[in-house]
This record gives sequence, structure tokens and C-alpha cells, in this order.
Amino acid sequence: MDFTSIDALQSAMREKRYIAERGLATSLYLALKLGRPLFLEGEAGVGKTEVAKVIASLLDTELIRLQCYEGLDVHHAVYEWNYTRQMMHIRLLEARGDKVSEAELFGEEFLLRRPLLQAIEGSKQKPPVLLIDEIDRSDEEFEAFLLEVLSDFQITIPEIGTIKTSNPPVVIITSNRTREVHDALKRRCLYYWIDYPSFEKELEIVQTQLPHAPAQLARQITGFIQALREMDLYKLPGVAETLDWTTALVALDQRALDPVIVDETLGAVLKYQDDVEKVKGDQARLILERVKAGID
Amino acid sequence: MSAQFLHNLLLFGRVLRRLGLDINPGRMMDLVSALDHIEIGRKSDFFYSARALLVHEREDLLLFDEAFELFWRKPAESWEVEWQGLTRRRRPSEPVVTHPALKEAAPQTNDSASTSTESMTVVEVTRTYSNREILRHKNFAEMNTEESEAVKQMMAHLLWKVSERRTRRKRPGKGHLIDLRRTLRRSLRSEGEIFRWSYREPKFKPRSLVVIADISGSMERYTRLLLHFIYGMKAALNQPVEAFVFSTRLTRITRPLQIRDLDLALKNVGQLVNDWAGGTRIGESLKTFNFEWGRRVLGRAAVVLIISDGWDRGDVELLKQEMSRLKRNCYRLIWLNPLLGAPDYEPLTRGIQAALPHIDHFLPVHNLASLEDLANRLAGLDTPSRRF
Repeated sequence: MDFTSIDALQSAMREKRYIAERGLATSLYLALKLGRPLFLEGEAGVGKTEVAKVIASLLDTELIRLQCYEGLDVHHAVYEWNYTRQMMHIRLLEARGDKVSEAELFGEEFLLRRPLLQAIEGSKQKPPVLLIDEIDRSDEEFEAFLLEVLSDFQITIPEIGTIKTSNPPVVIITSNRTREVHDALKRRCLYYWIDYPSFEKELEIVQTQLPHAPAQLARQITGFIQALREMDLYKLPGVAETLDWTTALVALDQRALDPVIVDETLGAVLKYQDDVEKVKGDQARLILERVKAGID
Repeated sequence: MSAQFLHNLLLFGRVLRRLGLDINPGRMMDLVSALDHIEIGRKSDFFYSARALLVHEREDLLLFDEAFELFWRKPAESWEVEWQGLTRRRRPSEPVVTHPALKEAAPQTNDSASTSTESMTVVEVTRTYSNREILRHKNFAEMNTEESEAVKQMMAHLLWKVSERRTRRKRPGKGHLIDLRRTLRRSLRSEGEIFRWSYREPKFKPRSLVVIADISGSMERYTRLLLHFIYGMKAALNQPVEAFVFSTRLTRITRPLQIRDLDLALKNVGQLVNDWAGGTRIGESLKTFNFEWGRRVLGRAAVVLIISDGWDRGDVELLKQEMSRLKRNCYRLIWLNPLLGAPDYEPLTRGIQAALPHIDHFLPVHNLASLEDLANRLAGLDTPSRRF
């Protein structure tokens, strides 16, 4: 699908149940038009990874995901040789009394394609969406390598040759900022910071994602979460937590929030014991009263 | 696109660069070509496009928003006034003013006569071995200007090294992990027969370091030399060093300290911090650190140095809680206290008492010898086989 305007992209995303702000839609639209990677930053659980999934589904193409971690190297990001098969092959030839030829042993059938290679090879038919998830978890060595790949979309495998594409994949990079990512990499991308959504937007997300949730419950949960984000907590709840909590309460057949159920299920929202203790009991009741007075 | 619009756009780019944003001609070209794809008439689309292409730090977003609003607004009446308001808040890439607290203490470098006599006295002070020894053990707080200049020079020769952490990256070596790739390659020389296994070993990297220094009133006599020490350490180390100062609130000074010129760097720090020699709220400041920076700079088991005398006027319970949180999130928590150098000092203040249970090493930082000890301590944190 080719998008003719930002509006078209925004409403197409909405149809896929992703409520994108204008700024995000604009950045994504330009990333597609300019063929540049999109660098998404934001707190955990604001829907960064979802963007990649939605855009892959909209473009009706494959989503290739590379989860980053410290020590991620060429063998896990680009390609690896299938050693077990190679060794079997050697033994097989030996049994037959044949000699091993290196060219044969390092041929395509022994090549294991990892995400970056898959993305570049796949681009020859139809450019996939390449999601480089949580780049902040990788290290400087991988960042430097990635910078190279993103600048010319080509990979050299000594035994096979250079594989490149003139039609690069759509690249989405996400970061939770647990480490500062190098400027050089960010400079190559379009940058967008995904903030926590407003009450209206968050309610819309809940209603779109969980249409079965009772309207009153959805409003109260959203109000409650929004109030928590105003508090001095170590880890603020993201949209993912809002959705988790709603799902949990729907499963418990709740139609509205009450102090007891809030205390019992607070663990779905707050992930640090200090935070749970701070909110549980009086504070939770207070927020609940305010929320109910404010939105009902 | 009209020529006038293009002209304004380029001007806007220049304005942003003056505000300290990382703008280059390439980015401006990208923006120009991006504008082909959007309706320029729709201001919000133009705004978001420019923002996505010209900003790549969250910290710069607010500055960009204000500059955009100001620049692309139609009438330009009160432009000058507001503009100045904006430039005052820009990122400290070049110095504007020197803060009095540092200026008063800094040597007068623009006066050639005094400089030359000063450097002569510096030579005088450090010339003999016994003089150097006396200086090494002299308390920073009791030094006169010549002595402190001499110590700064000696500080520059300190060797800094932080012990290394085993990373999850592997490289060929003598480890116990079999390197199939190389083993197979090597076996081909003997027609696929494996005579020797190749191995991989973990790569080691120095731990990152975070320094959080107290610059409140009670620390004033030490502040200047300690900033020199932090600057020197940061310059000498290859790995990331994050630096923060606090008295009533926390300020990150990592960026200004990156400048090669030490005097300029310290000037910039002076400009950035606006609570020099104020009261002390260690708990509050550590809380800010834990909430806003902890997750971003403590990854990969960092070593944290807190420099403070522990005179705290804030909430002791809060200090306890935040120290414990900090301790849980770093590899080693080291507290450097200048008062610890005094023979009759006992850590009895409420602040120190609250902090002590969470500290791995409680060390003095009152003279050059104590800095040398610290250097040794940092280099040996991981010996032998402690937790990784």
C-alpha cells in the first residue's frame, strides 16, 4: 500500500487499531517517503514496538525483528555458517572417499540467515520492515556496525560475496534510553519521542484495543493511570500496563473500580515494591475518589 | 517552494545551531526534500517534519518547540526580548559568563605579569622531592593559591583506570567456549580432521563511572580542586564518565566537562549550576538522580562515587531510602569524604549515619595522597573473582 498523505497513513493505522499522534504519523510518513530509518524513543510500554508491527501489516510485508543485547555480533545479527551440517557433510564425503572442497562447504545451503541479512535479501522482492528493537541494550561495537549497514544496505560475506539492495527495507529502531545511543546513529534517522498519551487518547486506545471492556471501567482505569503518572513514582505505568490492567479486570468481571480490587490488582500496574506500597490503601482510595468525581 | 521561504528555512537552521542544536547542512537538505512530501501550508505537519529531522535528543525538544513558535510566528514585534530569553537557556556549548564563585577562586590568567610569577612559584613549590611529599599530604582546604596550582598540575599526572567488567561480547581467545567457526576453518587444512579446537573468550571493558559531587556551602573549600579532579579523571578515562553536582538540586555537568580546554569547561559548569555553595539536600538530590538518571547511566554495573561531607539539612529517611536504591542499582558505591582526612573526625552526622550502611567504601578525599589511594582502589575493584 502506498500512502498519499499523512492523513491517509494516520487513518490506516487507526484501522489497524493503532492510535497515532499527528507527530508520529508525520515522522513515519516521512521515513517511508525519504527511505530513512525512524528512531523511536520513549519510556517502556508506550507502543514503540507496535509501530513496526502495524506498519508491516499495513504495507502487507514481512516484519523482521532483531532484538538487541550486549555482545550482539555478526553471527547473530547477519549470518552464521551451519557448522553441524558442514561437519556432517565432511564426514559424508569422507565415507565416500571424496575430497572436501571449500567452495562447496561455504555455499548458500550452509548459510544461516540472521535478521539483517534476511532484511537485505528480502528487499530484492519486497522490502520488509526491519525492527531493531531496544538498540540501547546493544553495545558500541554493534552500533558502529549498524551504522555501516544502514548507510549503504550492503553486507559482505567473504566466502560468498557482497549482497546489497537498492530498495532498502523500512527500518524502525527503538530505544528505552537505558544507555545513550551514539549521535552518529541518531543523525542518520528521523527522530520521534513517544510520550505518554493524554486522557482522551489513552481512553481511545483502550476502547480500540479492548472493545469488550465496560465503558465506565475503561474511563476509570484510564483516569486512575493518568493520576498515577502525576505522582512521584520510580517507574510510571505505560500504556501496556493500562491495557494489562483492563484485561485483568475484565477477566475478573469488574464493571467499575473499587478500593479493594485496586489494592489487589495494583501489581499489574506498578512494577516496583516501593511504588506499590506508596499507592496502596489510602492513596489509592484518594485517587479513586478524585477520578470518580472527575469523570463520571 | 518560494525563494523567500527557503531563505527563512535556512535562517531557522542557523538559529537552531546557535542555540546549540546539532544541525548540519545535510539535515537541512533532508528537510527541504521532505517538504515535497507534505503540505507546507499545514503548520503542524511542517512543525513535526522539521522536528523529526532536526532534533535527535529528547532534551532538545522543548527548546526546538519554543524556537519554532518564536521564529515562524508572523509579526516580529517583541522578537528581540523573547529571543534573548531563549538564548539564555541554550545548551552550554560555549561560555557566556563566568560564575562569581569560580571566578573569585580562579587564577587571573589574563594578567601576564601575575601568570609568570605564579608559574615560577609553582615550580618553586614542587621542585624538591620533600616539597612534593609535603604537598601530597597537605589538606586541600589549607592550601594557598600557589600550592593549589601546584597540586592541580600534579593531579594531571595521576593515572586513572577503573577495573574491568566481563562483557557478554566474545572474541577469539583462550576461553572455554568452542569457536566452531575457526575450528572448522582450521580443520579444512587437514581435510576436515579436527586436531585442535579453537576457543572464544569474553571481552573485558572498564566499568563506567558516575561521579556525584556535593558543592554546598560546607564543601566550598574543596569544590574547586575536586572539580579539577573530576575533569582530569574524565579526560584520562576512555569509558563514559557521567558527572553531576548538587547542593539543593542536582545538575548534570557531563556535557560541559567534555570540552578539551579545562578553564573553559569549568567556566561552563559555573554557568550551568545555579546553586553554588547553597544548602545541602543530599536525599532530594539522590532521588532526582535515581528517578531521572539512574536508569540511563547506571546500566552495565557502573561504579558510583559520591563526594560529600555528609552535612545534610534534608530529610534523613529520604536519604536512607535513596542510598539503598542507588546501592541496589550500581556495582560499587564509594563515598568520598574530605573530612575523613582529619584525625579526630568521626562520622556522626545524621546524614552520614543514614548513608553508611549502604556504602561499599568510605574513603577520604582531602589531599593528593588520598586521590592516589582512590586511583588504586578503582583499578582493583574486581580482583579477584568477585561478582560480575
